Amino acid sequence: MTTTEEAASEPAAPFLSVRDLRVRFATEDGVVKAVDGLSFDVERGRTLGIVGESGSGKSVANQTVLGLHNPDNTTVTGEIHLDGEELTAAPERRMERLRGNKVAMIFQDPLTALSPYYTIGRQIAEPFRKHRGATRREARERAIEMLGKVGIPNPHRRVDDYPHQFSGGMRQRAMIAMALICNPDLLIADEPTTALDVTVQAQILDLLLDLQQEFGSAIIMITHDLGVVAQVSDDVLVMYAGRAVERGGVDDVLRRPQHPYTWGLLGAMPRLTGDVSQELVPIPGSPPSLLDPPAGCPFTPRCAFPEEVADPVSCAGDRPALPEGRGAACHLSAEQKRTFFVERIRPRLSQGRPN
Amino acid sequence: MLRFLMRRTLGAVAILLVISAVTFFLFYAIPRNPALLACGKGVCTEEQLAIVEHNLGIDKAIPVQYWEYMVGIFAGRDFPAGHCPAPCLGFSFRDNRPVLDTIMDRLPTTVSLTIGGAVVFLILGLGLGMLAAARRGTLLDKTVSSTSLVLSSMQIYFLGPLALAVLVYNTGLLPQPSDASAFTEEPWEWFKGLLLPWLVLATIFTANYTRMSRATLIEQLQEDHVRTAKAKGMSRPTVFFRYAWRGSLIPIVTIFGIDLGALFGGAMITEVTFSLHGLGRLAVDSVTQSNLPMLMGVMLFAALMIVLFNIIIDACYALIDPRVRLG
Repeated sequence: MTTTEEAASEPAAPFLSVRDLRVRFATEDGVVKAVDGLSFDVERGRTLGIVGESGSGKSVANQTVLGLHNPDNTTVTGEIHLDGEELTAAPERRMERLRGNKVAMIFQDPLTALSPYYTIGRQIAEPFRKHRGATRREARERAIEMLGKVGIPNPHRRVDDYPHQFSGGMRQRAMIAMALICNPDLLIADEPTTALDVTVQAQILDLLLDLQQEFGSAIIMITHDLGVVAQVSDDVLVMYAGRAVERGGVDDVLRRPQHPYTWGLLGAMPRLTGDVSQELVPIPGSPPSLLDPPAGCPFTPRCAFPEEVADPVSCAGDRPALPEGRGAACHLSAEQKRTFFVERIRPRLSQGRPN
Repeated sequence: MLRFLMRRTLGAVAILLVISAVTFFLFYAIPRNPALLACGKGVCTEEQLAIVEHNLGIDKAIPVQYWEYMVGIFAGRDFPAGHCPAPCLGFSFRDNRPVLDTIMDRLPTTVSLTIGGAVVFLILGLGLGMLAAARRGTLLDKTVSSTSLVLSSMQIYFLGPLALAVLVYNTGLLPQPSDASAFTEEPWEWFKGLLLPWLVLATIFTANYTRMSRATLIEQLQEDHVRTAKAKGMSRPTVFFRYAWRGSLIPIVTIFGIDLGALFGGAMITEVTFSLHGLGRLAVDSVTQSNLPMLMGVMLFAALMIVLFNIIIDACYALIDPRVRLG
């Protein structure tokens, strides 16, 4: 049994460390390289925001951490270390003991993510009974306590409701209660607010942050919304076409982004404080097919800067590496990354557009 | 629940009324005179024919006959052959017995055949379907899927005689099918006599239930809430049975209810193939013999079973799915 004391005595190695993760699906059309050499770390008690378009591999990579992929058509290589333990080769029994216990997950659509056939209380209590060996009554008490913590009024009564008797926001709160019932060290939230009303979104994010304070969990927040990232993250990983293209602290990435794709994401995001007539700038084109991804930088076809690179052939032919720590996987020089953003990109963003 | 039952009972009565009227008037659309059949064609004089028609109760106008028939069901009737207490389905044209008595005589065979067959095809069909879904894509799955596809396109009038020839006449592995023994008196004889009909009847149903249960389970296994169950550390069997299988129950219960209702109304081809004397055989015979009261009786009974099982299915939905409310 892993306890928190044991975990605390570990050296300062990151709690979750993913190295060169590759996930491939065999489909009828061929092999899809959904995740193609992804590396990232999550520190204990910190929040990593993973941003990217649909199909960038952010959900797939994180479901692989929990072993939720279908082993029949999926090949996983690389390393996933959770608290020092290698997971890609871990037996299913071992993974079962981790899931919902040390690592928990919240999904996008709380309507479909809860079973319609069982009460909220039973579904929340289940992992507590399984992982902690609690009796039915203990688990029920704990479920009521958790429902109270996530802000469900009258938890004693609502514990016996079915999911269809809950509103969307309440269902997501129930999902959070379920995920946190065993006090996990890592919570993976896969677009937890995408299916919710804007007002409810903010409440759910606040709730997650409050609970993180209380439980001390690390959080991976998967989202395509930079606003969510700004609100909750300590660190940011930007993903594109199955790879990480930029990484850094949240202020660095949002205020001094280095990758043209991140620039594009910022330009495509509406700002409440900006001019209402301000036009959003979409990123031209669409992500490459992951069936047969291009050899070089996958963003090249949509990028406005390949001709600025010292050796223009390198963008199409050579895959740029993402440096450890703060940095972006791009062939532009460090000086170019800084000046292009300050001179060409930032003026187009809301702060300083002339008209 | 009470409101639901009352509403559905009224609906059922209405449906049965329509079915009885349609059957009754269609029967007289057949250009055949049952009195002539009873009396003997060519040897029957006009006077004799009139007497037979009067005795059978078919000398009155058709709507009047229908009215008397319906009154008889609720209040009983008097025939020249004797009194028929409610619920009176009339006297058989053939043997002057009350129709209801004959139906009750035939019922044990139909009930035995249906329940025995259903036990076999439910266990085998759902079991194989689950196995194939759990081992999706493996050789086992492919074997089960392709075999059930072939078997589900079979017919009883082909499989039945084949099984009889091989298992009974050539090898003697099984005794000649028979419904002569009652379950309550000679259970072992009853079992042996019906084993082959059960197996043959169940073969085609098994194939269909295998295919259906495999397909709905595979669909359910891809549901988000099944992934959630896995993500919170539930074991494979728990994920499979508590979450995925539970969701596949609605389509299975629906089809099972419909099949059971139809089978309780008589399995004509199976009964004829194996010379069993259930309601299906009775229906076939009463058509060929122009035996209106018997035909009406069997039709109404079969319709009652179908309507009844439909109500049971709807009540089951409320048990299975908390989102369903009866009312």
